Amino acid sequence: MSFWQSFLRNRGAVAGLAVLAAVLLLALSAPFLFSFDPWDTRGAPLQPPGEGFALGSDMLGRDVLAGIFHGARVSLFIGVVSTVFAVVIGVVVGAVAGYFGGLVDDVAMRFTEFFQTIPSFVLAVLLVAILTPGLASIVIAISVVTWPPVARLARSEFLALRHRAFVEAAVLSGVSHIRIIFGEVLPNALTPIVIMASLMVATAILTESALSFLGLGDPNRISWGYMIGAARAVFRHAWWLSVFPGLAIFVTVLAINLVGEGLNDALNPHMRRRTDP
Amino acid sequence: MRILLFLGGWLVKAALILLAIVVLNFCLVRLAPGDVATVLAGESGAADADFLARTRAEFGLDRPLPAQLATYVGNVLSLDLGVSYRTRRPVADMVLERLPATLLLTGTAFLFALGVGPALGVLAAVKARRPADSLITVAALVFYAMPIFWVGLLFILFFSVTLGWLPPFGMRSLIPPSGELARAIDVARHLVLPAVTLGLFYVAIYARLTRGAMLETAGLDYVKTARAKGLPEWRVVTAHILRNAMLPIITFAGLQAGHLVGGAIVAETVFAWPGIGRLAFDALLQRDYNLLLAVFLASAVAVVLFNFVTDLLLRIADPRIGAAGG
Amino acid sequence: MTAPLLEIAGLRVALPAGSDRAHAVDGIALDVRANEVLCVVGESGSGKSLTAHAVMGLVPKGLAVAGSIRFEGRELLGMAEAERRRLRGSRMAMIFQEPMAALNPVMRIGDQIAEVFRFHGRPDRDGSRTLALLDAVGLPDPALIRHARPFQLSGGQRQRAMIAMALALDPVLLIADEPTTALDVTTQAQILDLLRAIQAARSMAVMLITHDIGVVREMAHRVAVMQEGRVVETGPAADVLGRPQHAYTQRLLAAVPKLQPRPDRSAELGATVLEGRGLAKTYAGRAGLFRPGRRVAAVAGVDLSLRRGEALGIVGESGSGKSTLARMVVRLVDADAGTLTLAGVDGNLLALRGRRLGPVRRRVQMVFQDPWGSLNPRRRVHEIVAQGLLAHGMDRRQARARVDELLALVALDPSSAERFPNEFSGGQRQRIGLARALALEPELLVADEPVSALDVSVQAQVLDLIADIQRKLQLAVLFITHDLRVASQVCDRIAVMRRGEVVEAGPSAEVLFRPRHEYTRLLLASVPGRGVGEETGSA
Repeated sequence: MSFWQSFLRNRGAVAGLAVLAAVLLLALSAPFLFSFDPWDTRGAPLQPPGEGFALGSDMLGRDVLAGIFHGARVSLFIGVVSTVFAVVIGVVVGAVAGYFGGLVDDVAMRFTEFFQTIPSFVLAVLLVAILTPGLASIVIAISVVTWPPVARLARSEFLALRHRAFVEAAVLSGVSHIRIIFGEVLPNALTPIVIMASLMVATAILTESALSFLGLGDPNRISWGYMIGAARAVFRHAWWLSVFPGLAIFVTVLAINLVGEGLNDALNPHMRRRTDP
Repeated sequence: MRILLFLGGWLVKAALILLAIVVLNFCLVRLAPGDVATVLAGESGAADADFLARTRAEFGLDRPLPAQLATYVGNVLSLDLGVSYRTRRPVADMVLERLPATLLLTGTAFLFALGVGPALGVLAAVKARRPADSLITVAALVFYAMPIFWVGLLFILFFSVTLGWLPPFGMRSLIPPSGELARAIDVARHLVLPAVTLGLFYVAIYARLTRGAMLETAGLDYVKTARAKGLPEWRVVTAHILRNAMLPIITFAGLQAGHLVGGAIVAETVFAWPGIGRLAFDALLQRDYNLLLAVFLASAVAVVLFNFVTDLLLRIADPRIGAAGG
Repeated sequence: MTAPLLEIAGLRVALPAGSDRAHAVDGIALDVRANEVLCVVGESGSGKSLTAHAVMGLVPKGLAVAGSIRFEGRELLGMAEAERRRLRGSRMAMIFQEPMAALNPVMRIGDQIAEVFRFHGRPDRDGSRTLALLDAVGLPDPALIRHARPFQLSGGQRQRAMIAMALALDPVLLIADEPTTALDVTTQAQILDLLRAIQAARSMAVMLITHDIGVVREMAHRVAVMQEGRVVETGPAADVLGRPQHAYTQRLLAAVPKLQPRPDRSAELGATVLEGRGLAKTYAGRAGLFRPGRRVAAVAGVDLSLRRGEALGIVGESGSGKSTLARMVVRLVDADAGTLTLAGVDGNLLALRGRRLGPVRRRVQMVFQDPWGSLNPRRRVHEIVAQGLLAHGMDRRQARARVDELLALVALDPSSAERFPNEFSGGQRQRIGLARALALEPELLVADEPVSALDVSVQAQVLDLIADIQRKLQLAVLFITHDLRVASQVCDRIAVMRRGEVVEAGPSAEVLFRPRHEYTRLLLASVPGRGVGEETGSA
């Protein structure tokens, strides 16, 4: 059975993919559908969902719906970019450790273990606070705390593949280390890494929302976590201010997880251990 | 003998990790914009160069970096983590007085997660591909995808504001009831929402993890042997599948300790729980880096201690570990 | 004659949709009588193992089982699960191929046995019956073994513990699914002896599933031959092995490697190609901060020499160091000591590093054991075969032409070049691996158990091919194997290794028929099926 056939048989994964496409559409269409700045006051404050504002307005009369559209951009951007960074760091560390083994492996793994031991979210908070909140510092903070599981996975894959006969055959054939790592080993190690990466996008979005909730978001860009955090003082009276952005986070994260699991089932007929969240 | 070796090895490892964290902490202090001098200067309004130089000399900030690092490490070892930029109180004291509340919250959430999550996972695995499994799997997926702070807010809206069942904020009522027992119950009532909020996310994780590990273990040869021996199904599940599926769960629980502390920052902020997470949030608002670093160090120590417990448990649960060559 | 203990009729086990055939077991009939050993023999995919699982009621969920299995006069298919459970472990018991995997890793051996007593309503409170069982299967110091966990035992001891567990409640039927396949040949001989003794002492019925005709010769009273889900021939062992009727049985018997040394070819051999002196490799277990590492001498001072056109067999059991030796020669493992000289290369081959090693590598190539792991699943066959040529700077067009020649040399269709490894069978994959090894025109070919993962009929073809190419190209071959019979077919000389040392070496005929070392004699005596029905073996 081809990859697509088995992926499409998974109803959850298909639904997830559809939702994800919709969120992407939200993000892409935001500048056109809501061409104004989402930070602008657009009418009376604290209007419930209805006539004037489809999803209500906040304490400063800002449009919640516009915030949700624009917030999708931040969530997706940070989710994807910080995952890419984390995967690159993790794969490099893990590949070097697993392929060369010995002392290199020892040092790389102690380093990874250290980063896995320290409380990751606390470190992320510290990093963003110290580097001053902004897209770049959030991406750095999230990548710094999320690469260790990738490194461990990449290492174990490389370690297992390193001693597979086809890799040793390449060594005997005189193929260079670089070509072996990228041409022989990495393509075979990629499947579980891709699956883990897909789930990490979801975790990154959750982490970003928590940072923004705590007031550590990019002050120039509206984000879903920020919207909930900012409305905390009035959330008892204005439920829509926390419910809608929260739903947006929840649905996006759920969709990504469903897609990730679909990938896992389609690419790994033999169930592997679930990736670390 | 073996346990002594383990203890010795662990102590060395823990010391190295903590030393690395202290060094990391020091680097972060240096990265932070401004220093004690500028902060104090900003507060007292006396921003002249002379004052800055004097304050820096007082705090040793004019000395070369390695010397400062040595001093810093020495200070941390004697539990001197400096003073808060704001309150001028030793941050170690501030953290220590808040620590019990956080331990109560995270401990309860952890026990709740560990009590409920694996049980649900086992149930799902035993009923794999049947309605109970679907229900648990979907519920786990849902709670796994919800931001903790959002769940907390929804719980407050529903259980406190709408139903009025449980208090939404703090750890004690404004006027605590008299009597030991009544006070304990009062704290317990305050504890329910934050602990469940924080715990649900991990319930979801443990349920998913346990289900996966159970199904994977169920396919192994020794489970077939157990069936070939004519054991009743419950015995196959408990003694052979679950007993072995537990091992990755324990490993994972150890790795999760750090996450739990992170979640506590968010949960304590939402529920105004007076722990170190809440302290961190306040420090964050006031850019009180010294305090923030102390919270980081304290949580790191807690995590290292917790990892020790899970390592120990794993050795008990899996006799193969440490046996080879030991 | 009494009714059979176990009667299988019209048994079908369906395969999941989309498999290469509809039924794994396709309407077979078999019976097993009390006090007899029935060997069910067949190659991988014949459905023999699934048949055994169906009898035990252990067929994975989702595979439909139909037909009839009658045991002690009662129909098993359709019987209530609780009823069947009571039969399992008490009236019928099963042992498996890989005893390490078949025992619960975290449970003590004694507890795993006591469980059988306890859950069949006869708890072994004082442990005396457990001890008696461990003693009965020949385990040393039962009191100690009872408290041991599986990882603390050797492979043979684990299989003995499995047998003890199976015997706990004196079953009338024992099903053994490839019980010795994962074991070394000397251990296999001991376990087979044990099974034979136990069967006779308890007048038990044994259904033994195996792929090894040697094991069948040793054990069987009656034989059933399975092929692609069907029983093609069944009858008393002497008849089936002596006068096979079905073409498949005949092929199977003919393919069994025989202890038959290669004719003396010393006249054809050329100059010395490889000369090794005092080769040694010690593995140190990882030393912790508080514990010293353990040291294991994998190879302890081995000498070897190979002439052009000569095949040297290194024979030994697992842990003998034979594979480490092979990997030292191809420089996948760094030796600790010794000198290795290759004709035309100055100095010690073992001392070459980095850039100086590169050009020498192409002269020593290797064929690997595992046909599934030795080819990159993501590359086409022509890329795999040409990888060395390209790495050594040949241009793509030339390399591609050379690939076609090589595929022809290993008797593969030229159209294979464009396909991926997963489209080939195990034997074909080994041919591809051979083509890759030959691409760089090596003078020395190291073959590490190249046929041990293959079915016997395929084994014979690949061995013939290796012998043929070796003669054609005048290759020196270092042939690593655990199987004396295989070594006898392709090797001019044989060296027997045990615990890192060569205990005996010489021309094949000498080593095989006039062994001087006690260990060589033990190895020879352990070859299953030797001395039983040998007349068919040398036909």
